[in-house]
Amino acid sequence: MSTTSLNRPRAQAARRAPKRPVWEEKPGVLGQFGKVLSLGFILLVILLPLYCVVITSFSTQGSINLAGGIVIVPHGLTLEAYRQMLDGDVVTRAVVVALLITLAGTAISMAVSVLCAYGLSRQRSLGHRAILMTFIVTMFFSGGLIPTFIVVANIFHGYDQYWALILPSSVSVFNILIIRAFYMNTARDLIDAAKIDGAGDWRILWSIVLPTSKAVNAVMALFYGVGYWNSWFNVMLYMPADSRKWPIQYVLYEYVNQGATMPGVSAHDIAGHSQPAPLSLQMAVVVLTLVPIVVVYPFVQKHFAKGALTGAIKG
Amino acid sequence: MTTISSGETAGPGIADPGATEETHPKTRRRDRARPPKLKFHIRLRRDRSLLIMVVPALVLVVAFSYLPMFGTVTAFQFYDYIAGFFHSPWAGFGNFQQLFGDPNFWHAFENTLVLSFVQLVLYFPIPIALAIMLNSVLSSTARSLIQAVVYLPHFFSWVLVITLFQEMLGGAGALNHFLGVHDLGAWTVMTDPGTFKYLVTAQAVWKEAGWGVIVFLAAIAAIDPSQYEAAAADGAGRWRRMWHITLPGMRGVIVLMLVLRLGNALTVGFEQFLIQRYAVGSSSAEVLDTYAYYYGVVANNFGLGAAAGLFKGIVSLILILAANKLAHLVGEDGLYRSNP
Repeated sequence: MSTTSLNRPRAQAARRAPKRPVWEEKPGVLGQFGKVLSLGFILLVILLPLYCVVITSFSTQGSINLAGGIVIVPHGLTLEAYRQMLDGDVVTRAVVVALLITLAGTAISMAVSVLCAYGLSRQRSLGHRAILMTFIVTMFFSGGLIPTFIVVANIFHGYDQYWALILPSSVSVFNILIIRAFYMNTARDLIDAAKIDGAGDWRILWSIVLPTSKAVNAVMALFYGVGYWNSWFNVMLYMPADSRKWPIQYVLYEYVNQGATMPGVSAHDIAGHSQPAPLSLQMAVVVLTLVPIVVVYPFVQKHFAKGALTGAIKG
Repeated sequence: MTTISSGETAGPGIADPGATEETHPKTRRRDRARPPKLKFHIRLRRDRSLLIMVVPALVLVVAFSYLPMFGTVTAFQFYDYIAGFFHSPWAGFGNFQQLFGDPNFWHAFENTLVLSFVQLVLYFPIPIALAIMLNSVLSSTARSLIQAVVYLPHFFSWVLVITLFQEMLGGAGALNHFLGVHDLGAWTVMTDPGTFKYLVTAQAVWKEAGWGVIVFLAAIAAIDPSQYEAAAADGAGRWRRMWHITLPGMRGVIVLMLVLRLGNALTVGFEQFLIQRYAVGSSSAEVLDTYAYYYGVVANNFGLGAAAGLFKGIVSLILILAANKLAHLVGEDGLYRSNP
């Protein structure tokens, strides 16, 4: 089935006024009720845990004790957990590390992908088909976990190195193909016109293609950025030993998910057993991992519908 | 294993996923009528910028995709960390013998298949149903709001999702506190090995089902609205229209997603299992990927881990070819077609 032929009717459908067509019967009360109920249930299932986590992170210890754990109805709110979290250097450093990895990684990924997508966008160019196949093959075959680990850690000496969290996952062939398809379809006429005017490829890419493909760039940057921000297993693989180097997801895993003692925050109890950090603090860490995504998401989400993605994601 | 849109990738017809053929049939025909007679060095000079642009990505792909591919030789070696690929002693099929003789491996394999089946049955229909339901929401404000919310969990990490599940359903979570207060006993769903397969499926649904809707919404939007009008004029009700127009209209995409799902039958999620392995124990949380990780990286038996990975890769390849064949048999395009 063809990508583009699907997108065009979709665009028309979007432009149609959201009114009920004349031929469509009014839904029954029961059906309407059922629909509202099930959609409401879905929203509740997704939003309730998020709400609880946020409320708990702002709750006083007394309020948490009263609720016996996760707080749903708040009694007394405080910023104590956040103050404590940003004082203890573990979490603060983890956030900075994660932000730097995300920014550097997204910049590298986007630069490499955009260049590659443009370089592959002309079908008659030298070696086009061979190079394209070189990329596509990697989508079907992969070395697997162990050989990748050996290559990164042993051959390139990436163990305990930050680049090992960035470079091995920096190229997504799938994303490159999406960007490329966009350049070949939407931006094509503009590129042809620029070429007639005598612009070189670098010039075309910089002043024509990039400014006209903001939607697809934004979505791809979100995909890459979220990938880096959420990266957890690579940390476990390449730098599990040094807690001072961990990004936020691994801190979340270790101190919240696995309940390990957070240095500098949670004390040992009287018997000397280590204690996990207070619940409000744990939930504050959870909120912290959520914030960048929830902040960036609305700006990019509107582009999902623009068809920059729907066609390509389909596959 | 990722995916490629639209019908072309393998075979002689090849290779421009999601691209120009459909949009510019004229251009294409003209190109074909004029085969390239330019000399190599002229083309090289003309396209050198394009080639330079591809280099960074090519270097990264060679380093981190192709080198590991050749690194699968580890599966036939007693890999020695210091000796490396080139000087490690050969094992022949020794690693595979050890692998196939290991009951833990077969257990992981069985777990993988069971989980895959459970996910196919319980997960797969949900995005389709959700898409049909969303499509029937007329108010565009409500619709985009719901879409924004259901897409959101896709962007959360597995650590985060599992932490949320723990806080809501875990032993110290909201639900069990509620049950405890009302003397209803405890529900140890987060640590129960027996129900673990349903738990991970529920987590997968929570995280990914909303995002999965996008594809099906696009398929529904592509259906010609006049079909509905004609059917309604002929007296077909809401449900009949769904059954006879909407679902057949989505058929191509549904089959495509099914092919992908079957091709990925041995990939049931990795981080999800790794994170919860301690909580429920390896008896139910061990899948092929975690087996490769534990026996390879953690237990330092790289040859065995690589052998498990290679086994999985080969079986997956066979599965995707078979699933694609199946799609052709029922008259759909599937992932690719070799002779268009």
